[in-house]
Amino acid sequence: MAKAATIILDQAGVNRALTRIAHEILERNKGIGDVVLIGIRTGGDHLAAMLQERIAQIEGEKIPLGILDITMYRDDIGSRFDLTIGKTDIPFPLDGKNVVLVDDVLYTGRTIRAAMDSLMDLGRPKSIQLAVLVDRGHRELPIRPDFVGRNVPTSRDELIETEFNDKNQPVEVRLVKK
Amino acid sequence: MNFRHKHILGIEQLSADDIRFILDTADSFKEINSRDIKKVPTLRGKTIVNLFFEASTRTRTSFEIAGKRLSADTINITASSSSVVKGETLEDTAKNIEAMKPDIIVMRHAASGACHYLAERVDCSIINAGDGAHEHPSQALLDMLTIRQHKGRLEGLKVAIVGDITHSRVARSNLYGLTRMGAEVRLAGPGTMVPPGIERMGAKVFNDMREAIAGADVVMMLRIQLERQGKTLLPTLREYAKFYGLNTENLKLAAPDALVMHPGPVNRGVELSSYVADGAQSVILDQVENGVAVRMALLYLVLGGEQAQ
Amino acid sequence: MKILISGGRVLDPTHGIDDQLDLLIDNGRISHLGKNLQAEGAQVIDARGKLVTPGLIDLHVHLRDPGQEYKEDIVSGTRAAVAGGFTAVACMPNTKPVNDSKSVTRYILAKAAAEGFCHVLPVGSITQGSKGEALAEMGDMKEAGCVGFSDDGHPVASGELMRRALEYSRPFGVPIIAHAEDLDLVGQGVMNEGFVATELGLKGIPWVAEAAPIARDVMLAEFTGGHLHVAHVSCGAAVEIIRAAKKRGVRVTCEAAPHHFTLTDEAVRGYNTNAKMNPPLRSAEDVAAIRAGLADGTIDAIATDHAPHHIDEKNVEFNIAFNGIVGLETALPLTLRLVADGVLSLCDAIAKLTINPARILGLESGTLEVGRVADVTVIDPELKWTVEAQKLVSKSKNTPFDGWKMVGAATHTLVAGRISYQR
Repeated sequence: MAKAATIILDQAGVNRALTRIAHEILERNKGIGDVVLIGIRTGGDHLAAMLQERIAQIEGEKIPLGILDITMYRDDIGSRFDLTIGKTDIPFPLDGKNVVLVDDVLYTGRTIRAAMDSLMDLGRPKSIQLAVLVDRGHRELPIRPDFVGRNVPTSRDELIETEFNDKNQPVEVRLVKK
Repeated sequence: MNFRHKHILGIEQLSADDIRFILDTADSFKEINSRDIKKVPTLRGKTIVNLFFEASTRTRTSFEIAGKRLSADTINITASSSSVVKGETLEDTAKNIEAMKPDIIVMRHAASGACHYLAERVDCSIINAGDGAHEHPSQALLDMLTIRQHKGRLEGLKVAIVGDITHSRVARSNLYGLTRMGAEVRLAGPGTMVPPGIERMGAKVFNDMREAIAGADVVMMLRIQLERQGKTLLPTLREYAKFYGLNTENLKLAAPDALVMHPGPVNRGVELSSYVADGAQSVILDQVENGVAVRMALLYLVLGGEQAQ
Repeated sequence: MKILISGGRVLDPTHGIDDQLDLLIDNGRISHLGKNLQAEGAQVIDARGKLVTPGLIDLHVHLRDPGQEYKEDIVSGTRAAVAGGFTAVACMPNTKPVNDSKSVTRYILAKAAAEGFCHVLPVGSITQGSKGEALAEMGDMKEAGCVGFSDDGHPVASGELMRRALEYSRPFGVPIIAHAEDLDLVGQGVMNEGFVATELGLKGIPWVAEAAPIARDVMLAEFTGGHLHVAHVSCGAAVEIIRAAKKRGVRVTCEAAPHHFTLTDEAVRGYNTNAKMNPPLRSAEDVAAIRAGLADGTIDAIATDHAPHHIDEKNVEFNIAFNGIVGLETALPLTLRLVADGVLSLCDAIAKLTINPARILGLESGTLEVGRVADVTVIDPELKWTVEAQKLVSKSKNTPFDGWKMVGAATHTLVAGRISYQR
């Protein structure tokens, strides 16, 4: 039997959400001065690249983009099946920057906790803001997103799947029963 | 990917996929070593005991730094092999350390098979940091990482290993690893230092060093250790340097961009001339640098892999 | 006291007997051998379907007594011997003190007579203290009961001393048993030199370290006319040297151990200290050569080199573990495997465990002749059993055959007409 899936966002929905978030980031930071984007592997890095593009369309200038792998900062070594560690690639200093962390789905908040710890080891940002495509609730830590594509009430036995095309663009975000 | 090895006793136990995964993981850890804050919390609360029965500055320091950069608590114990003969047995030593609940024991020992012996008798993970003339897996992995970093691949490369093959754990581990990764391994050394049957391990054996390094992509020189080799295996170091030393002249026989490697410490003017050791083709310091990243990967994967089982 | 062993297949290689016969023992001696024997009041051993052979003789064991009784002693060692079907064992002199004088020889014989389960045949040392410097009192020891002389465990490094030992022992009619080993060539070796040693990174013992001194000793035997018996032959080159010497008429005999015709150096993998012995387990080619040597008679006898060691001496790193394994309780089924493999006829296999070692040591035993002391072994050749090291009778459990499935075992071991062991 096929898994019951509900489409949360289609490609057009994703695009609209990212455009809105791009505007909100600029509004909040009063332009692009000192703003950098850090995408969390994997998923957030692709979204961050798309946000970088949209902001460039609006402002006419590309802001710095980095990729963060948070595996080394996770608190669940030993209970994971996959031990792969991806590369962190942040080719610019973070000191004094307004960092916008980008991820696809916000759930317990543990990934964001790990990402913030990691950023603190890499430098001393002026601020850290959080942009997510979907917030599905069930937080286990006091973490709140600054920019949200869509809030989706879920139960814990559901999964959110983001499907990317071969250009690493999200084409669909689905809610699936486990 | 998953990693299903509780112990790292040798390269022999690792598949090509395992080796590739270790090298990829090490690649990811390398970035930490160039940060201002060279520390991540990955192994916070874990205890690693470096149990060294043989003197070693390089390997022990490298494992210690690797553990510390992953936030593990590392403790060094230097013991004397000779005390094993009279007094406390290796098993007792290990059991006593184990009673203090380390997560990993990294061991170096003069006896081949000592790490296998320990792994059968204690519950924590064992990483072999060199056992007799048997294996030195972390050295072979850092060698392979260094080669891959400079050549972009291991498959199809010609790697010459020159020196005392009989007594070299570095040669054995590299032979297992490089052949498994599709490289061609050539061995050369004095007739007294090439062990019987080594060709059955997948190596091509040459009597003349020049034939072994002709066209090679990598020339790996082994340390000659007179104290280990005894009196009957060699006439003099002078003659050894003449026939089995790498110098600017015979290095020309290798590929023009051949890498020169050495597990250290180098006997300058014996197996390696200073011009070559410090020359443009030498990647000896890259090996040392990569050693930390490889050992971080091993510590991380052994702990993750053990519990994922 | 009479014992009737009835209905068994009686094998006596010396007299070419291989027939279903009854054997009657009276007053410790063999009194009758024939069909349908009746004996009033005799204890009857039903041997139908079993082999009845002369008592097995092991001409190479270490009983560790005196001095190392924590490994084995004369009581436990002879108990293990009868469990393996042996009625006599020749014990090597490398005890503490070395059996290099009649007082030690007498101690061994007295303890064996009082408490032992089978005959014990002491082998005295060739040199004082087995130090390889001066001849021991061989005449005195021969008188006291020694059946041969050996510095087993140590080679006689000096060619001059070996020559003199062969000359001096000649009038006494006892063999010089050579432990052939060139210690320089052995160096720090701990296993056979070859591919497995190369892979394991263990220092090798080359076969030439054994073959070269055998060649010397064979030539000394030829030169002196003395009787040389080569102990624990393990390599093809040694078999070849002895084969050629025998063709020339040299007085040389030799033995091989079951582990050397059963296992190769592959058994060392995993750093198994119970596969560590001296001479070491060799290559598959060497095993084939040993088997060929047994088949064509070059190798006269099968002897265990039973070498008990305490667990503490084996439960250590490979390179510091002691050499040797226990063998008394596994030798018979391993020899019967040679019969199953077509290497030896059953008759030849029994000869290599009975009459041949008896002749080498100049003993009267080894046959089922009427009138002889009744040393008899009853063997069930079909009995299937599994070796469990911890259940061995020997004090020490150092066997590489733990868990092996065996076929064949002694069911009754009769020593001088008394049932010393019954399975």
